Amino acid sequence: MEYNTLSAGKGGSMFNLIEKRRLYFMLSAMAIVPGLLAMMYSSLRFGTPVRLSVDFTGGSLLELEFEKPVQPSEIRRVFVEKGYGDTRVQTTAGERTVLIRSDFLTTEDKAELESELEDAFGEFEELRFDSVGPAIGGEVTRAATFAVLTASAFILGFILLAFRKVPKAFRYGACAIVAMIHDILVAMGFFSILGLLRGWEVDALFLTAILTVIGFSVQDTIVVFDRIRENIRRRRGEPFKTIINRSILETIHRSLATQLNAIFVMIAILLFGGATVKQFIATLLVGMLSGTYSSIFTAVPLLVVWQEKGS
Amino acid sequence: MLFVIAVLTLIAVWINLPSTTGIHIHWGPIKYDREIKVRMGLDLQGGLQVLLVADLPEEQPVEADAMRAVRRIIENRVDALGVVEPVVQLQGERRIIVELPGIEDPELAISTIKETGLLEFIDAGHTYLPPGTVVKTTFAATPTVTATLPLTPSERVFETVLTGKHLKTAQVTLDRVSRKPMISFVLTDEGAPKFAEFTSAHANPEPPPFYYLAIVLDKRVISCPHIKSPIPDGRGVIEGDFTLEEARSLAVQLRYGALPIPLRVETTRSIGPTLGQDSIRKSVRAGAVGLSVVLIFMLIYYRLPGLLADLALILYGLLNFAIYKFGIPFLFSGVTLTLPGITGFLLSTGMAVDANILIFERMKEELRAGHSLRAAIEAGFKRAWTSIRDSNLSTIITCLILYWFGSNFGASMVKGFALTLFIGVLISMFTAVIVTRTLIRFIFHFLGEALRKKRWLLGI
Repeated sequence: MEYNTLSAGKGGSMFNLIEKRRLYFMLSAMAIVPGLLAMMYSSLRFGTPVRLSVDFTGGSLLELEFEKPVQPSEIRRVFVEKGYGDTRVQTTAGERTVLIRSDFLTTEDKAELESELEDAFGEFEELRFDSVGPAIGGEVTRAATFAVLTASAFILGFILLAFRKVPKAFRYGACAIVAMIHDILVAMGFFSILGLLRGWEVDALFLTAILTVIGFSVQDTIVVFDRIRENIRRRRGEPFKTIINRSILETIHRSLATQLNAIFVMIAILLFGGATVKQFIATLLVGMLSGTYSSIFTAVPLLVVWQEKGS
Repeated sequence: MLFVIAVLTLIAVWINLPSTTGIHIHWGPIKYDREIKVRMGLDLQGGLQVLLVADLPEEQPVEADAMRAVRRIIENRVDALGVVEPVVQLQGERRIIVELPGIEDPELAISTIKETGLLEFIDAGHTYLPPGTVVKTTFAATPTVTATLPLTPSERVFETVLTGKHLKTAQVTLDRVSRKPMISFVLTDEGAPKFAEFTSAHANPEPPPFYYLAIVLDKRVISCPHIKSPIPDGRGVIEGDFTLEEARSLAVQLRYGALPIPLRVETTRSIGPTLGQDSIRKSVRAGAVGLSVVLIFMLIYYRLPGLLADLALILYGLLNFAIYKFGIPFLFSGVTLTLPGITGFLLSTGMAVDANILIFERMKEELRAGHSLRAAIEAGFKRAWTSIRDSNLSTIITCLILYWFGSNFGASMVKGFALTLFIGVLISMFTAVIVTRTLIRFIFHFLGEALRKKRWLLGI
């Protein structure tokens, strides 16, 4: 077969990306299936595939730093005794800092609870207190839905526009969208698993991460597809698979260099940055890695499969 | 072009210098004053953000005038609390957002702001009303206030003699003997005669039975003095079991009048100063590490062009911070930095170098295909442009959607992210494309095609 003899620019044998597509689809499945299972389990247990924070559900979040180590279960007991049965407590950084999630508290309720806590566990410092009324939570949820729908509409439009002159434009668009859904599933699955293991909750920033991932994912795919389009025009004689391999190799430097830079910045924030954006950055990092992977190893092989079955 | 870049760099450096605090031009008829400083959001400097909602039944319309009055009164109360740079703004028809940076005691601040502050002097007759008693009076600012409160001890409706409207001034004084804080007040010209008339009619120095004139705040009795002698001059004091802070807060409420609409706290966010300072320190460190790695990577991977891209990236950072500090004249007045905002900026640097990577990869391809250096440079910029444009366009659209999402109160942290990312993308189009191109052409002008042979320098 011809593609075995293809050379990449400077010569030498070229590794063949397309032939191993089964392996790539397997890898994708390995990344997605655990996340899907976690989302299913989470849906059954908590009603949503990823756990929602007070931003969406309404309720209160209180972070306290005690002077002495404390037991989350004992703090929870104080809340339960005061009638806040639906309270969850976990330690964050070390054993002295706790994160308490409960039903909506007014500042008076909070002051009362805090004086109880001070009596029982000694001095502490209030790091932050978020208390979101149910009406606001509902609004944020509606706005989030609307934002996701608008973004999807724009991305569809963007893809249609980018491929309007390509023959069989629908195939390209569909493959780009599959790659995008792939990335959303990976990012959400990741978050869902950590929601079960570490109590991570989706806040307004999570949605930002997902929308950003979607944007990057589509861009990455379009860069590769653009090159395929260009090469189809310039190299009419070559078989489709050869063109595809060539296009991937020509764009892979850019994808990797760009990704590496983004990854450097994100890892720096993860390691050294503020605690409140860490979950956001972690989701973004996973989503972007998946985006680079899927543009090359999901979208393109799918296109080839379609081409083979179609003709 | 090189000159423009040099001037912009100097301006940006000047704005970013910590010693720069403002522009003050007084030159003949031209007068221009402008403060320049880094504004930090509540999540970085600590503070309190409260969303207050008109506490009226859904179906009852809220008058816009009344809400504006509420806003003005809250502004006065907040100023009296001594908060630096507070924000009080109306949102929609029945909401008010209050932001108080650096507040130490959120509970007290909230109660100072939201208490209706309706002061009444009620005719209690011969009944002593202990402080804390909730009463019903003939004066109702809004029907719902009284309707929602549980009534004790009886369904008796007391007559309101005077309200806070009749108060000219109120201030905290200390009792000469007990050193307990109390509030002394002076009545208005309208209130004083009424007060004089009522007190002379019921003055009864000889016990018993006393005649009581209870002082009631928001339908709750705070003290219940009896009338010893007529008070003709409209001066008096309110005694109660106050701490100094409470007395001050009450005086503030009395001085600036009662809220025409009762308010309820819908959402509170408060961030302690420790967490804020910790966030600043960590963000600066993360930014420094992340950016250094990117700079080093570009230099190693792309050599000479990488060095030029690094210079462009440094200028990119300077320009961004200059805009955060100064804004763009006549367009907007700077950015309030938040933690997500800083994150947005850091991520946007990734996009700024992405444009350079697209260009340099194209250049390398052209060079490998055997074109001259000049042709490769021009083709690199030209052919990468569509990809840069497309990717930036889609990021801008994402930013617009996110900005809209962030303008919902509950998701406001998203706004800072969208804003810095948006500014970053726009500036990166300038620095990564125009600045880098100018620098590369400049270098080429001096070194010429000879550079083509130095493959090491070009990173091919």
